[in-house]
Amino acid sequence: MMGLVLATASVASLAPCLATIPLFAVNPFTEPVGVVHYLIVGAVLFTAGIACMTLKRNALGILMGIELVLNGANINFVAFASPYLRAEGAPTLGLDGQVVALFVILLAAAEAAVALAITLNFYNNHATVDVDRADDLKG
Amino acid sequence: MDLESLLPTLLGLAWLLPLASFAVILFAGPRLGDHGKGAAGVATAAIVGSFVLSLMAFISWVAQHPVHAVAHDDHGGAHASADGSHGSPASHDSASSHDSHGSESAHRTVDEGAGHAGPPVSYSGDWYTLYEGGRLRLTIGWYVDALTVLMFVMITFIATCIHVYASGYMHDELHDITDHEVHLADGSHLHRPGRFHRFFQALSLFCFSMLGIVIAGNLAMVFIFWELVGICSWFLIGFYYERKSASNAANKAFIVNRIGDFGMLIGLMALWGALGTLHFADSTGLDGQARPGLFSLVRPPVAGHAQWVPDGMVKFAAAEKVGAVLRSYPQDPRAGVEQVEAKVEDWRDEGYGRWLLLVAGLGIFCGCIGKSAQFPLFVWLPDAMEGPTPVSALVHSATMVAAGVYLVGRFYPVLTPDALLVIAYVGAITLLIAASIALVANDIKRVLAYSTVSQLGYMMLALGVGGWLAGLFHLVTHAFFKSLLFLCSGSVIHACHTNDMRKMGGLAKVMPWTSGTMLVGCLAIIGAGVPFLDIGLSGYYSKDSILAQALLFARENPSHSILFYAVAGGAMLTAFYMFRLWFMTFAGQPRDHHVHEHAHESPPVMTYPLVALSVLAVVAGWTLPGGFGIANLIDQARPAGTGGTELGGLLFRAFTVPAEHASHAHDIHVTASLTAFATAASGVLLAAAMYVWRVIPPAVVATAAKPLYTFLANRWYFDEIYRFLFVLPVLGISRLVSATDTGVIDKFIEGLAWGAKQVAGFDAWLDRTLIDGLVNGTANATWHAGLELKKLQTGQLRQYVMFIALGTVAIFILAGLLLHSSFAG
Repeated sequence: MMGLVLATASVASLAPCLATIPLFAVNPFTEPVGVVHYLIVGAVLFTAGIACMTLKRNALGILMGIELVLNGANINFVAFASPYLRAEGAPTLGLDGQVVALFVILLAAAEAAVALAITLNFYNNHATVDVDRADDLKG
Repeated sequence: MDLESLLPTLLGLAWLLPLASFAVILFAGPRLGDHGKGAAGVATAAIVGSFVLSLMAFISWVAQHPVHAVAHDDHGGAHASADGSHGSPASHDSASSHDSHGSESAHRTVDEGAGHAGPPVSYSGDWYTLYEGGRLRLTIGWYVDALTVLMFVMITFIATCIHVYASGYMHDELHDITDHEVHLADGSHLHRPGRFHRFFQALSLFCFSMLGIVIAGNLAMVFIFWELVGICSWFLIGFYYERKSASNAANKAFIVNRIGDFGMLIGLMALWGALGTLHFADSTGLDGQARPGLFSLVRPPVAGHAQWVPDGMVKFAAAEKVGAVLRSYPQDPRAGVEQVEAKVEDWRDEGYGRWLLLVAGLGIFCGCIGKSAQFPLFVWLPDAMEGPTPVSALVHSATMVAAGVYLVGRFYPVLTPDALLVIAYVGAITLLIAASIALVANDIKRVLAYSTVSQLGYMMLALGVGGWLAGLFHLVTHAFFKSLLFLCSGSVIHACHTNDMRKMGGLAKVMPWTSGTMLVGCLAIIGAGVPFLDIGLSGYYSKDSILAQALLFARENPSHSILFYAVAGGAMLTAFYMFRLWFMTFAGQPRDHHVHEHAHESPPVMTYPLVALSVLAVVAGWTLPGGFGIANLIDQARPAGTGGTELGGLLFRAFTVPAEHASHAHDIHVTASLTAFATAASGVLLAAAMYVWRVIPPAVVATAAKPLYTFLANRWYFDEIYRFLFVLPVLGISRLVSATDTGVIDKFIEGLAWGAKQVAGFDAWLDRTLIDGLVNGTANATWHAGLELKKLQTGQLRQYVMFIALGTVAIFILAGLLLHSSFAG
């Protein structure tokens, strides 16, 4: 929840700055739904994920944050696969972004399996999943 | 096989057998039987083998060249007669240049005419050529004539007797020994293991070396074996090297001999440099070129074997004139050489090169002075008696010291009349000094040692006054009776355990064999015989011929008649001191009962050699009715052209060296015989009067002539004079040099070392501080940087994620700001 607030706030506060950049010079609230909107959702998801990774002490929460980051990226891939952005006459199926998104999902599953195994092991050793306790490799 | 291949085979094997024995004992010595007892067997077997081979060579020689009485005629014309008169002259037999030894060349020089002027029957050749190139030609060769064969038989026979004797005499060395003459620092005596095998090892090497001198075909080989017998002598004198006196005596003998050998080297260089050869006989090189030997260079057949200065020496001495002639033909060198050859005769007549020939002869004689213990280098021989008695008998009386006389005899054709006169005077001085010291010596071996020196002086004198045969004849007979005398004295010492004659006396009854054989030896050395019947012991013949030749020389040259008186006086002294020795040892009453009670006759292994030698001491001089005898045998080897009268006068006023055959003239012979008999008899009577009948008590004589007695008892103060003149200055110079070495050179080097050490110290400091500091500083900096950086690694996972997120954002912002213009574009 807090992440969502933070993300919205950050996007809102950044909007004037971003407006100086030509890419973001459009007002998303007045435009019909297009690529930019997808990108905004992706950015929100990504930022929420980052916030979740940074702020949660629970290892499972962090894993969830990671999933959010990956899904934010997936939305971006899919958005950039929009036919509007495609060059004329390019020899393509028009599914590049979707295929990459599928790969990312697959990898996220694999990564989750490994991460969950690590977490389980950590729990077996420390009887907790608090990542602040996981500082055995501290220099 | 003919003699030409038979002789080198037999004599070469006889020569090498002792070397084999030496090698066996060297490598297997202590393992040969109990405590090396078998070493005696090996050495004795080798020398017996040598003796048998030598005897075979002797017999085959005599069979081929029957020994006749020498006819004394037609010598006057000897010089005039050239090659033609000599039957079959010098058949240089190149066809037979191979024999069983694979010798590279062999020469046979035969003169059936038996005239003295002609060359003697001799065989020579080379077993092996070490090097040949230009004028340089070094070979291992042989020169065999009647003298060589006789010397081989004599040496191997005496050596056999002494090997047998020594295997008994040295039996103490079979066990551990306590040497009562060596006092250790803690006051006890030296205790050491026996050295039986080492004695026989050195004895074998000695026999090999001695035979090597005799068979040598050139002077280079003679010199090599000359030095080898020297080192053997050093080993054997220093056999009891723990005794200070023995090691000193060994060193003294060696060093004194080096002085003589230095002169010998000069002689060798004079011959080598001027003549380019050291071969005795003519030889053929590997290149097939005939190379004349020393004998035919100095006494060429074209001059009727009369001595002349060889071309090489003439050109060497007239080098300036040769150079002038050569320079006058700058465009045609060959003509210049021809011109030189043409002028050689004139230069020879002018006397060029005469001095060089004299120097060559005297140089070689210098070596003989050392080896044969002549004045002034005789001081080593009496000290050499520190060695075991068998060594004294073999090395220091019979063979090695006789090598000098042998070499003078062998080298005789090259010696000029002036060199001969020097030799005669050296011999005369030696014989008188040594005999006078022997008069008062009380050590039985020292008496014999001085007697040896004196007898060697006789031989040298004989050679010097022209008595080539007399000198070498005396060499052979002396070898027999002197080794006999030494072995007898060894037997006495063995029984009494003392060398001091003043503790002996009355031993004749206890030691009948020893006293009897020693009496034979004494009679032989004084030349006992019947003058008119001409029958006597071996010494009688040889000493008479020396006396006769000296008398002849004195008659021809009245100004040198002192030489004859020296011989006659020496004969009397010899008789006196030899019988003084015999009377003091064997006759009268025992002086020391302790010694007398323990005295005993020696075992048979020691007495048998005595008997064998005493038989030869009696008969060695005899000439059988057919003319067979050692004297006539030696005469077969008389060098070409040396039988005649020679005129001298380079160093001295004109004199003549008379022909030896003239000394056989009746009146001279009778005078000499009577003189010999009278002097010997008076000497014996005087000794008997003093030591047996006690008519003249020795103590009274000693006190009456106190200064003379002291002078003689101190050996003319020779050792002291030499100590003052040579030893002390050398020691002083050595100390000075040593002080310079330690004080200056060592200090300088130590200073250098100190400097280097300082530089090294600075270098080490630089290394530690600068270079090591740089390296260590880098490491430290890295280490501390690491320590600081590690603080960043908190292990806080969320922190890392924050870093990543903020870092990414920061990079975006940074990139946005930096790339603003491009986006704006």
